[in-house]
Amino acid sequence: MTVAESSGAAAVAEFLRARREQLAQQWADLALFRAVYTSGRDIAVNAAHGLVDALTEVARDGRMDDVTVPALDQVRALLAQVIAARSQAGAGPLQVAGEVAELKRPVIAMVGRELADVNRGAALIAATDLMGTVRLVGMEISLSDEGAIVARQRQQLSEIATPVLKLWDRVVAVPLIGTLDSARTQVVMETLLEAIVDERATVAILDITGVPLVDTVVAQHLMKTALAVRLMGARCVVSGIRPQIAQTIVQLGIDLGDITTRATLADALEWALAQVGTSVGRA
Amino acid sequence: MQRVSVHRLGEVLLASLQQELTDSLAVALQQDLTGMAAAGTRGVIIDISQVEIVDSFLARVLAEIAAATRILAGRTVVCGMRPSVAITMVEMGLGLPGLHTTRSLEDALTLLEAGEVSP
Amino acid sequence: MTTAAVMSLPITSDLEIAGVRQAVREAAVAAGFSLVEQTKVVTAASELARNTLVHGGGGRLEITMLERPQGKGIRLRFRDEGPGIADVETALSDGYTTGHGLGLGLGGARRLVQEFAIDTGPGRGTTVTVTAWPRGARRV
Repeated sequence: MTVAESSGAAAVAEFLRARREQLAQQWADLALFRAVYTSGRDIAVNAAHGLVDALTEVARDGRMDDVTVPALDQVRALLAQVIAARSQAGAGPLQVAGEVAELKRPVIAMVGRELADVNRGAALIAATDLMGTVRLVGMEISLSDEGAIVARQRQQLSEIATPVLKLWDRVVAVPLIGTLDSARTQVVMETLLEAIVDERATVAILDITGVPLVDTVVAQHLMKTALAVRLMGARCVVSGIRPQIAQTIVQLGIDLGDITTRATLADALEWALAQVGTSVGRA
Repeated sequence: MQRVSVHRLGEVLLASLQQELTDSLAVALQQDLTGMAAAGTRGVIIDISQVEIVDSFLARVLAEIAAATRILAGRTVVCGMRPSVAITMVEMGLGLPGLHTTRSLEDALTLLEAGEVSP
Repeated sequence: MTTAAVMSLPITSDLEIAGVRQAVREAAVAAGFSLVEQTKVVTAASELARNTLVHGGGGRLEITMLERPQGKGIRLRFRDEGPGIADVETALSDGYTTGHGLGLGLGGARRLVQEFAIDTGPGRGTTVTVTAWPRGARRV
């Protein structure tokens, strides 16, 4: 990496950090985000925040045009979700690629407009490289079967009724498996809240052992669900937070608020039983 | 004018909201409860199991009842919220700050009798 | 997309806000909304009708049934001839309140519907138009 390249990357990283909000707002209005996050604009903005943050990490890493750097994993995961939703909605790979390519324009326009002369040249090159990489990753996802597979799995998952298990008198649990997007969150919330009514439950356990990725959007969905449970007059505990997910949560600076969390379903059940006034010994 | 009736059960005041609540009815209830919650009242229970929507106005009235009751050394418990209402409130970004929530009226009475939960 | 105007309701008292909630509920049921979807659009209507009454000095709601191949939807247009809103962005932001709610009226209503448009300005009155579709009919 040359000095000019690394200073360009650093300028882009700093730019993305400082302009996180403005950029997310602009991205949220693009077809890619608008078409996926139909339930509300702030959800789209939130998803866009996630992508800006992931790209900031790539820029910090400095290798803007290398599609193999580990820093791109988060970008790839976020794009895979969005692209899967687009292809599920019937958008072809070319259309999706076009929509991913649209992400570039606001970045380049803002860098060109806002950075000081001394940084602008190197930063423009770095930003162009970075957005080119994003486009490539997008192509890779929509052309590979990955996007289609994720879409198919998502379709299958939303078709399966979310199972809510009665674990104990007044304790229900829902094991979440797969991606937790806003459509699925709605289904989970409705099913869980209905089960709380039917089972007269006072504790609900959300087990996320089977959720592969927890980003800011997923965390927000978890918090919404926990808050709805609390409004209903029950308590909520989130279990199955694997070490690498806990690490991601810390790295992304996600604040889970005052949600009770436990490492395993067994720990959560123990907590739940204490809440309903039952104690069980554990070996 | 029509009013939400408030019942006294020992040291507890109970109001059951009907399905359709106008803003002025909610404000009248707030005044009635605040007036009745004199010394010796442990708390207020508001049963919303029949309520089909809670918007920001009703949420504010409930929060203000809780705040007024707290000054008079009592607690306010909202019980029986419907799933559709809870989901909508969460989507809007509404919470019920300062209020306790329970599933049922029985749970609300138990909570007020136990008296160990902090707001 | 085909449309058919259904009805126009006055909003001049809080009893009429209750009437708005009832009419919007019936329209949502007719369009095939689930219970949760009905609750969301009725709650949004309640917030917007209150804005029309309190800030606009009263006005009207027009309910339109929409139809496209994927399903039916409803459009609600709240119109008043009041003072209008000078700073729409601020009015839409959470925590903005003129003392009648929790500062979530407009912003909260926007989160409950699929489309939200506001046309206002000082001295021009305010028109808020929202559109809600049931889940199956959302993707265009």
